[in-house]
Amino acid sequence: MNEMVRELTYAQAVQEALAQAMEADERVFLMGEDIGVYGGAFQVTGDLVHRFGEDRVMDTPIAELGAAGVAVGAALAGSRPVFEFQFSDFATLAMEQIVNQAAKIRFMLGGKVSVPLVMRFPAGSGTGAAAQHSQSLEAWLAHVPGLKVVQPATPHDAKGLLLAAIDDPDPVMVFEHKLLYKTKGEVPAEPYRVPIGKAIVRREGNDVTIVATAIMVHRALEAAETLAGEGIAAEVIDLRTLRPLDKGTVIESVKKTSRLVCVYEGVKTLGIGAEISAMIAESEAFDYLDAPIVRLGGVESPIPYNPVLEKAAVPQTPDIIADVRNLVKGRT
Amino acid sequence: MADTLDRSAAPAANLRPFYQRFSAAELKEALRRMYLIRRFEEGAEDAYTRGLIHGTMHLSIGQEASAVGSCMDLRKSDYITSTHRGHGHCIAKGADPKLMFAEFFGKEEGYCRGRGGSMHIADVEGGNLGANGIVAGGIPIAVGAALAIKQQKRDDVALCFFGDGASNEGAFHEALNMAAIWKLPVIFVCENNKYGMSVSTERSMAVAHVADRAASYNMPGQVVDGNRIEDVSEAVMAATARARRGEGPSLIECKTYRIRGHSKSDRNRYRTREEIEEWQARDPIGHFETELVAHGLLRDGEIAAIRAAAEGEIAEAIEFARNGTDPDPREGTRDVYTTLGAA
Ligand SMILES: Cc1ncc(C[n+]2csc(CCOP(=O)(O)OP(=O)(O)O)c2C)c(N)n1
Ligand SMILES: [Mg+2]
Repeated sequence: MNEMVRELTYAQAVQEALAQAMEADERVFLMGEDIGVYGGAFQVTGDLVHRFGEDRVMDTPIAELGAAGVAVGAALAGSRPVFEFQFSDFATLAMEQIVNQAAKIRFMLGGKVSVPLVMRFPAGSGTGAAAQHSQSLEAWLAHVPGLKVVQPATPHDAKGLLLAAIDDPDPVMVFEHKLLYKTKGEVPAEPYRVPIGKAIVRREGNDVTIVATAIMVHRALEAAETLAGEGIAAEVIDLRTLRPLDKGTVIESVKKTSRLVCVYEGVKTLGIGAEISAMIAESEAFDYLDAPIVRLGGVESPIPYNPVLEKAAVPQTPDIIADVRNLVKGRT
Repeated sequence: MADTLDRSAAPAANLRPFYQRFSAAELKEALRRMYLIRRFEEGAEDAYTRGLIHGTMHLSIGQEASAVGSCMDLRKSDYITSTHRGHGHCIAKGADPKLMFAEFFGKEEGYCRGRGGSMHIADVEGGNLGANGIVAGGIPIAVGAALAIKQQKRDDVALCFFGDGASNEGAFHEALNMAAIWKLPVIFVCENNKYGMSVSTERSMAVAHVADRAASYNMPGQVVDGNRIEDVSEAVMAATARARRGEGPSLIECKTYRIRGHSKSDRNRYRTREEIEEWQARDPIGHFETELVAHGLLRDGEIAAIRAAAEGEIAEAIEFARNGTDPDPREGTRDVYTTLGAA
């Protein structure tokens, strides 16, 4: 039946997914720094500790490497940990357990085990938190076979992808852009899944394909709206999953539009844009291209503190508009 | 400044080392720095509330004695490494509040040219290798600085500030072990303010004191009242002397308390108002004033004068910072490398 339309913030949607997963399966538990009475640095876990108790909403000491390893071990032995990094930057402290252990154990053990682990990473810049609290490291983890990496851009997908991640028998890394936490959108109340590995076309158009991730999806949609006023019809694809990559959706779109722009917040070189571009160059869509592929990514530097520099360090809506316009105006 | 006050009231031999080691002028300078830290942070808080600066900040109000007490016996050529809660350490080591505020405001004149902000203020010339956004990130770095000191046969030391929460990171344990096996001139100063963000030490540590952990690394570990500057300073004096003699590292745990929330967004759900008030009553600045007056080193009127001077200095610093130069966005990628080879 048609449910009442209900809006939640992105953070509330994540929280609802966590609560529903814990209600449905008592093996599911949460680990992280200050996720208990504090409610999480971004108030994602909120009051969950009062509903589920300290045994299922566990505050860890400040010990990312060790705590990540504890989560891996618990997953290996039949529990379903959902681990929150306070900031995605602190994944760097836990890389050993994520990359050497979680990602590889199943393979190294000949497929005898799986590691049903979910890790959540508040990511991205725009909060004035400077170089060590603003990074976009999703491409790092997406480089590692054995991990799945998702990047929900809307409250709807934040809930659905997280529930899918918790169901998944393999380690799933969920990147949540900090600037999205307070954004609102429609979220069905009942539990539902958004499939891992499926991109979505957020706006259709024939002139150019914009492939975007996370907050860049919203900037790309804004840009597309402006460009429509100039007679440029941009198709916007929200990638949603970095690994496994939904090649088909991007290939089909590029075959239709003949132009490709990739927009992502991570550092431009050796990142998501490189992968998408190369994937297209290797595919049947290559023959359809009418113009060089354009990548818009973060600048080649750490994220600066000064707000003007910080903004200039990652793609903004006017940058997308300008690049798409240039690309399309050059059409023959 | 000459020591003009009559110190004969107490025979020198009966004075504790803190009052023997430092002149009246030095002690007053220590008090001034404590005020300066307090006013700096109140000014920062105010500027933040008024929307003049963005990002986040971690205030150390209530912890001034451990910062200043730890740095009193240091030379300019000694190093410190600091934390996310680092404004006090920076001022204690002798930084200029003007350049600190300029950093806060993201200006070119700031210590880090507006690139770092509150969490990354450093004063390398003054021996402060920097605050740190990563909990425990500075601990191995202090050990590395001490290694360089030893390699260069200097008799300087590296003093490493960190929190109780940081002592649960692997980096802490790995670093202390290396400092001990290589007998490096490091003083590890833990500012134990009872919480790592919202998690109390009771909930995050299996031992009662961070200092207990020194035993694992065969170095002295001492607990001091971190709100009493004289206790902090004397412990650091002994540790620095030991380090300069080449006898290796020490761990000092200053029991203290942060009066403000962890950061701007803290709702204090994990502690009680009574606890905060109890610690407010043990204000390290008030304590030091009383001590100095009791020792005949400070007259009541002088307290007001030192306070007013600190207030004036901070007001000037804020004014200086507000009038600073904004960075040029085209320079965004400058200083990523010292030199970048052929591109
Ligand atoms: C590696 C890492 N983990 C987590 C954080 C987030 N964080 C910043 S400060 C802090 C608490 C640190 O506690 P403590 O070391 O006791 O210092 P205090 O804040 O009490 O001064 C946390 C969890 C961080 N910055 N770095
Ligand atoms: Mg602490």
